[in-house]
Amino acid sequence: MGLFSYFKNEDDPKLSAQIAKERLQIVVAHERKQRTAPEYLPALQRELLAVIAKYVQIEEDDIQVQIDQQGNLSVLELNVTLPH
Amino acid sequence: MAKIIVVTSGKGGVGKTTTSAAVATGLAVAGHKTAVLDFDVGLRNLDLIMGCERRVVYDFVNVINGEATLKQALIKDKRTDNLYILPASQTRDKDALSKEGVERVLNELSELFDFIICDSPAGIEHGAQMALYFADEAIVVTNPEVSSVRDSDRIIGILQSKSRKAERGEPVKEHLLLTRYNPSRVAQGEMLSVQDVEEILAIDLLGVIPESQSVLKASNQGVPVILDDESDAGMAYSDAVARLLGENRPHRFLEAQKKGFLKRVFGG
Ligand SMILES: Nc1ncnc2c1ncn2[C@@H]1O[C@H](COP(=O)(O)OP(=O)(O)OP(=O)(O)O)[C@@H](O)[C@H]1O
Ligand SMILES: [Mg+2]
Repeated sequence: MGLFSYFKNEDDPKLSAQIAKERLQIVVAHERKQRTAPEYLPALQRELLAVIAKYVQIEEDDIQVQIDQQGNLSVLELNVTLPH
Repeated sequence: MAKIIVVTSGKGGVGKTTTSAAVATGLAVAGHKTAVLDFDVGLRNLDLIMGCERRVVYDFVNVINGEATLKQALIKDKRTDNLYILPASQTRDKDALSKEGVERVLNELSELFDFIICDSPAGIEHGAQMALYFADEAIVVTNPEVSSVRDSDRIIGILQSKSRKAERGEPVKEHLLLTRYNPSRVAQGEMLSVQDVEEILAIDLLGVIPESQSVLKASNQGVPVILDDESDAGMAYSDAVARLLGENRPHRFLEAQKKGFLKRVFGG
């Protein structure tokens, strides 16, 4: 470590370890949800997309389907971003 | 009945074999009859780290195929009592370890040993799944680095869904072993801290092994690093084994070593 980098931390707004942690928290949470999701979810998502696409123009990543566990019931959550 | 412990990680090169050799040796030194098994078919390396590469005659696949008995294939460690090594096969057939075959070998070993340590290959394919399927406990070896942490989370998911215990609705006891830890880089905010990794993976911390030159030296010599009781990594592994056996030991080597002012300014 050189003389200049010795003081670096004070003006570095976000340390790289902090960025790593935040990115990991997001990706790991996402992948855990996918792991516990039922196997039919991707197929369900594709079919929902096909139905909605009959009426409005949407792309594959405009639709998000996920299942959330809330206590002892599961909620199927459908998010569709519609074009203007 | 032996306790079966898999050493696993998903990601390659994070320190599974180093850890398998150290933990198996530590358990044997503590007086427990221990067998350490190399599941890395085609990439046998545990024999080198244990320093018994010239004594390999038969291997894991030979035993499964009935070409050798378990007694013929097990290599008795020269340095440490109570310790035996079952080397991996160098065959290129990755599916040579059948589930039934592995189960038969583990059942036979279970009668003879207190602990069976399974050194997993990298990845999440057949070999890794065979290494973890029969495990009672898992040591998840993780480096403080994004891809290693993510892969550890995936392997934890597999332990929780595809292991025999999981299929029976029982939990596999998971231990986090953070290796190649560099406290001064953590202090600089350049490396994920123990707390960061614990928070993300949410499993019990078994130990933190510092990044250490003693590991390369030990592997050069074919002596498990835990036997180097002067080294930081060796001592950290000894602590981890003691914790595995239920002892409560504080974590060491988590703080950067204090350096003199000149060294801090001019590097080192
Ligand atoms: N604490 C440590 N400090 C320094 N080097 C280490 C440490 N732990 C492991 N290494 C080095 O990292 C490399 C990989 O270690 P090892 O072979 O144990 O990993 P692995 O997870 O078994 O790899 P693979 O996935 O290929 O089986 C080796 O060169 C080893 O010396
Ligand atoms: Mg290995």
